[in-house]
Amino acid sequence: MTDQTVNAEAQAEAYGALQDKEPPKEPRAQWKDVWDQFRKHKGALIGGGFLLFITLAVLIGPLVWQVDAKALDIRNKDMRPLYTLLWDSTARTSWAKPLGSDNLGRDILATLIAGGRASMAVGWTAMILALSIGTAIGVCAGYFRKLDGPLMRLTDLFLSLPILPLLLVAVTLFRQPLRANFGPETGMFILIVGVIGITSWMQTARIVRGEILALKEREFILAARSIGTTPFKIIRRHLLPNVISPIMVSATLGLATAIITESALSFLGVGFPSDFPTWGKLLSDAVPRMEEFPERVMLPGILISLTVLSVNYLGDGLRDALDPRIRGR
Amino acid sequence: MLTYTIRRLVLAIPTLLFISIVIFLLLQLAPGDPMAQVPLTVPPEVKQRMREALGLGQPIHVQYWKWLVQFFWVEPQVVIDHWFGTAFAEGKLRVLSWQTRSPVMDIVVQRMPQTLWVVGMSYIVGILIALPIGIYSAYRQYSIFDQAGTFISMIGFSIPPFFSGVVVIVIFSVNLGWFPSIYDTTHVVTDWDSFVVQLNQMIMPVMVLALQTTAQISRFMRASMLDNLNQDYVRTARAKGLKESVVVMVHVLRNSMIPIITVIALGVPSIFGGAIITETLFKVNGIGQLLLTALFANDLPMVMTLTFIFAVLIVLFNLIADVLYGLLDPRIRYD
Repeated sequence: MTDQTVNAEAQAEAYGALQDKEPPKEPRAQWKDVWDQFRKHKGALIGGGFLLFITLAVLIGPLVWQVDAKALDIRNKDMRPLYTLLWDSTARTSWAKPLGSDNLGRDILATLIAGGRASMAVGWTAMILALSIGTAIGVCAGYFRKLDGPLMRLTDLFLSLPILPLLLVAVTLFRQPLRANFGPETGMFILIVGVIGITSWMQTARIVRGEILALKEREFILAARSIGTTPFKIIRRHLLPNVISPIMVSATLGLATAIITESALSFLGVGFPSDFPTWGKLLSDAVPRMEEFPERVMLPGILISLTVLSVNYLGDGLRDALDPRIRGR
Repeated sequence: MLTYTIRRLVLAIPTLLFISIVIFLLLQLAPGDPMAQVPLTVPPEVKQRMREALGLGQPIHVQYWKWLVQFFWVEPQVVIDHWFGTAFAEGKLRVLSWQTRSPVMDIVVQRMPQTLWVVGMSYIVGILIALPIGIYSAYRQYSIFDQAGTFISMIGFSIPPFFSGVVVIVIFSVNLGWFPSIYDTTHVVTDWDSFVVQLNQMIMPVMVLALQTTAQISRFMRASMLDNLNQDYVRTARAKGLKESVVVMVHVLRNSMIPIITVIALGVPSIFGGAIITETLFKVNGIGQLLLTALFANDLPMVMTLTFIFAVLIVLFNLIADVLYGLLDPRIRYD
């Protein structure tokens, strides 16, 4: 009788040792882990916040500040921004134009918002275009062995083209026909987005190809293939979700380069038409009179630099957060 | 190694030919007309004859073949003539610019010194600044110096030259009046005073360009040093009692320089390519500015030749970087 109770107690103790002392933790989702690691990177957090702020500002800005960016107001031209009052009380300022007006009386705040809209639109579209081309070529080269050689030679070829000269050549040479077909603004938009996208997909393609080559040999792909999944479905269901992190990192880099390239083209005078503001164009238009009105150079320049800086920091943080080897440290 | 180099050199020839075809076709597709600037009063048949004089009347493949012959056969002969005083190229047609009607290569040779001085100097200055920053911020990882270095190189990546250039012009040339904002290419250095003038006008463009080089190379240097600092051989070197300076500056640095040298070699073509934006901003009449003016004037032979020279340099320095990597790192064997 007593023996049996002792045995049962010993048994319970033995089972107890196998059980967890603490209550089990909730299973953690992958993206929550990523977010937790991302939050530790202060620069990335600030960068992401700023990028979100700029994007919202250029999207919602025209609804809040309802001044037409192209409206001429020649009587109120050459106004200084309000903050010049801090050190120069005789400056011509007006509460109706908080950041001043340019030499034709256009409101600078409104042109900055409109310019940001154009710059961000070009940046995002060109980045998405470059990513799609790069991912498509990288996946095809990595998955289909027959395509690997030709596609990678093509990538090498594009990498050895002198990019900025060719961009300039393409933009100067194809400006007229596209403007004639699609109108001056849409035509230039298509052209600039197209040339930036076509000349900046190579890094993405190389990275994606490398990842796919390694993933292709894993067991889950073999399993998928053995149950008769078609290559297209394997790529869509199994490969693409696994290469999303390098794609996201190169997306941030692509956005930064696209914004800078568009501004550089506008600065060299081969960008959008003259009455269509972008940040690079505002900057280059203001250069001849920068001694008298330094703010017209500084404001768009600071906006370009801050946007690109925040995108770069965002990319830095994403790289750390998406790398499972670094995560949790 | 030698067979690898030879194989790569042979492979470079079809690549370059293909690139030249791509550039040529791109330029041919272009709608621009070199006669656009000719006055409307010139009758159309005269215009047609002017076009033919430029070689525009022939089919595309004939034009391309003529350019190939001029660039690869006649121009080297001109160089040989120049060096040895022979007369191979006598009376042969060289690649002519449509703007000036003079040989393209002569103009390139005239423009090259300015670009090499400004852009080349900025590259050297940038590397010299970047290496110590990279070494020290890797050695003291996550220190204040490292954080500041990271921030500065992020800024270098993010501020485009057309903004940093304008800012330094506003500050140093307009407000402080220290340096001239326009680069005077006719200035000749003869004595100390003229050397100081040359130095003054070079500082701003060189620093603007060097900021970008520094940002890039110091990042690479830091990453490469960090890779090596945790290796076993470093612990061995410390354990056998070597001085810290010897460990870092000799053992680690030599191994970390291998990838850096290839990165530096890969950046060299951009020196010759010139910094188009910086040259425009500071009015340096170098190669970049030459390309820009040629583009706006529809000077196709000039644009074609310049872009092709850039492509040759890129392919060549890619090859040099790969070969250097194999020579410096005994673990890499291509054969």
